Amino acid sequence: MKTHSICVLVVVACAITIGCRHDMQDQPKYKPLGQNRFWADGRDSRPIPAGTIAVDELNADDPTHTGQANGAFLDTIPLPVNMSLLERGRDRFDIFCSPCHGWLGDGNGMVARRGLRAPANLMDQRSRELPPGYVYQVISNGYGAMGDYADQIQDVRDRWAIVAYIKALQLSRGAPLSDVPDDQRAELTGSSTMGGRQ
Amino acid sequence: MPQYFSRSANTFARMTILALVSGLGLVCWAGFLIVRSPYEMMQNVPREQPVPFSHEHHVGGLGIDCRYCHTSVEKSAFANIPATKVCMNCHSQMWATSPMLEPVRESYRTGRSIEWTRVHDLPEFVYFNHAIHVHHGIGCSTCHGRVDKMPLTWQAQPLTMEWCLNCHWHPEQYVRPLDQVFSMTYTPPPNQLQLGAKLVKQYHIQSLTSCSTCHR
Ligand code: HEC
Ligand code: HEC
Ligand code: HEC
Ligand code: HEC
Ligand code: HEC
Ligand code: HEC
Repeated sequence: MKTHSICVLVVVACAITIGCRHDMQDQPKYKPLGQNRFWADGRDSRPIPAGTIAVDELNADDPTHTGQANGAFLDTIPLPVNMSLLERGRDRFDIFCSPCHGWLGDGNGMVARRGLRAPANLMDQRSRELPPGYVYQVISNGYGAMGDYADQIQDVRDRWAIVAYIKALQLSRGAPLSDVPDDQRAELTGSSTMGGRQ
Repeated sequence: MPQYFSRSANTFARMTILALVSGLGLVCWAGFLIVRSPYEMMQNVPREQPVPFSHEHHVGGLGIDCRYCHTSVEKSAFANIPATKVCMNCHSQMWATSPMLEPVRESYRTGRSIEWTRVHDLPEFVYFNHAIHVHHGIGCSTCHGRVDKMPLTWQAQPLTMEWCLNCHWHPEQYVRPLDQVFSMTYTPPPNQLQLGAKLVKQYHIQSLTSCSTCHR
């Protein structure tokens, strides 16, 4: 009889501990995007009070953050423009802009083809004349039917990288053959389309 | 006192004890198998969502990069789920009256979150970090499968400890070039083991198997 009751005890204990498992599995802690019935908005993450500024991040007058100086859009890129900035720019452009504006910036992205109100052709004359500071500002604040990308592209250096890449695309798309170094010209004359990304 | 049981009852008693003990073992073993089975881990089960969001349409069809929506996957432990605003970049104009998208518009109007159902959910005593894996050449599709073919998202891998360790022991079987991490169509080349060994060196990948890597 005794062995039996011990066995029963062990089995019951097993069953109980299996039940316990979920206390460790689902701990009462706050997680990113977690659900929380305590707060009225149902979220773990608490909103940052309006007007909060992190230490050292009051950038209201910094041209790199506003794209403007003395009330006018910057007509240069306020970061050193080198190959790594352009490569970063291409990477970010392909992620965030190409769905609508297309790989080449000609306004012919996949989403545009499915009927989105025509995104601007970034290679046309009007766009070529837009100062870099203005394009930066479009990324940060949006323009007309285009929403802003401030949350998706939080690092301002990435925004400038995109601007630099767009400017490089525009240059490459309008460049005359004589600008191409001698040793590479032969490669191009064989092909009919010249473009930034092939 | 007369003897009630024959001598053979001794063997019988021993056998009973043995059977009980091994039976108990069997039950526990079966329990473990069940707990770790694909069924219990909810592997391959498409999850109902408040909005029938389709990676098949958005990634497979439109070719949108993972990072357009999961913006923090390269920077933090957590790969975020996109805010309603991100959907509205396109859906303020496209399918703008579709009843399927009403929860998205309502969330945009009221500021209340869309309550997505979690698909992957490790126990909370496990620490996982996306940025580390992405920066060491482990592709999304290695752990999440062909997301671009999922009309509703499901969990493609078991997410057991054994599964994590299998790769932490032999990362060279899975590692790929960094520019292929976000590709859904990448297939390992036939010489994966050689390439893998080279990349493991190049990316300085260690074999992290001490318990405190994941349980901290
Ligand atoms: C969801 C689609 C979409 C995406 C993604 C998108 N845009 Fe646009 N963009 C548009 C549309 C639509 C317009 C035209 C807006 C209008 O005319 O009201 C536009 C216009 C523009 C203009 C022209 C502004 C002007 O004054 O003519 C610029 C510059 C621009 N976008 C840059 C970008 C950059 C840079 C990115 C990537 C960070 C980007 N866009 C991503 C849809 C998009
Ligand atoms: C257009 C935005 C968008 C894009 C692009 C996108 N996703 Fe998602 N993803 C979502 C949304 C919204 C959810 C939440 C709903 C769901 O689980 O289906 C999600 C959920 C997921 C989940 C499940 C998360 C969980 O609950 O555990 C995984 C894994 C995932 N995405 C991987 C990817 C990968 C890999 C890519 C790139 C190949 C990608 N996503 C591209 C919007 C997107
Ligand atoms: C870059 C543009 C873009 C973004 C961002 C986007 N969508 Fe879409 N979505 C589309 C397009 C285009 C279609 C039409 C698909 C087609 O025609 O194949 C669509 C279709 C849909 C549909 C219709 C059903 C279907 O699968 O065809 C749903 C639901 C949907 N999207 C949900 C979402 C949600 C939720 C988000 C935010 C996480 C989102 N979308 C973000 C472009 C976008
Ligand atoms: C090494 C395996 C692995 C790789 C590689 C990986 N994931 Fe994950 N992912 C996971 C695990 C495990 C979880 C569940 C995390 C949890 O429950 O805490 C997860 C969860 C997610 C989630 C839900 C939100 C979260 O962080 O919990 C999204 C979205 C996601 N992954 C997207 C991606 C994308 C996009 C990529 C490619 C850039 C990617 N993952 C690469 C293993 C991986
Ligand atoms: C396909 C391969 C693969 C899989 C599957 C995988 N990992 Fe990793 N993991 C790696 C590699 C590669 C590293 C980088 C090692 C290094 O830093 O040298 C890593 C590193 C880590 C780290 C170290 C992070 C840090 O901050 O030091 C943690 C934690 C981790 N993985 C957890 C997990 C967990 C939990 C799972 C299962 C849910 C998992 N991994 C599945 C390949 C993988
Ligand atoms: C690569 C990451 C990783 C490492 C290293 C790791 N674990 Fe785990 N462990 C996990 C994951 C993931 C789970 C959750 C599995 C599940 O959900 O069933 C887990 C679960 C567990 C559990 C609970 C099992 C259960 O069924 O609930 C124990 C106990 C445990 N681990 C102990 C250890 C010990 C001891 C070590 C060191 C020898 C270790 N782990 C190393 C990832 C890891």
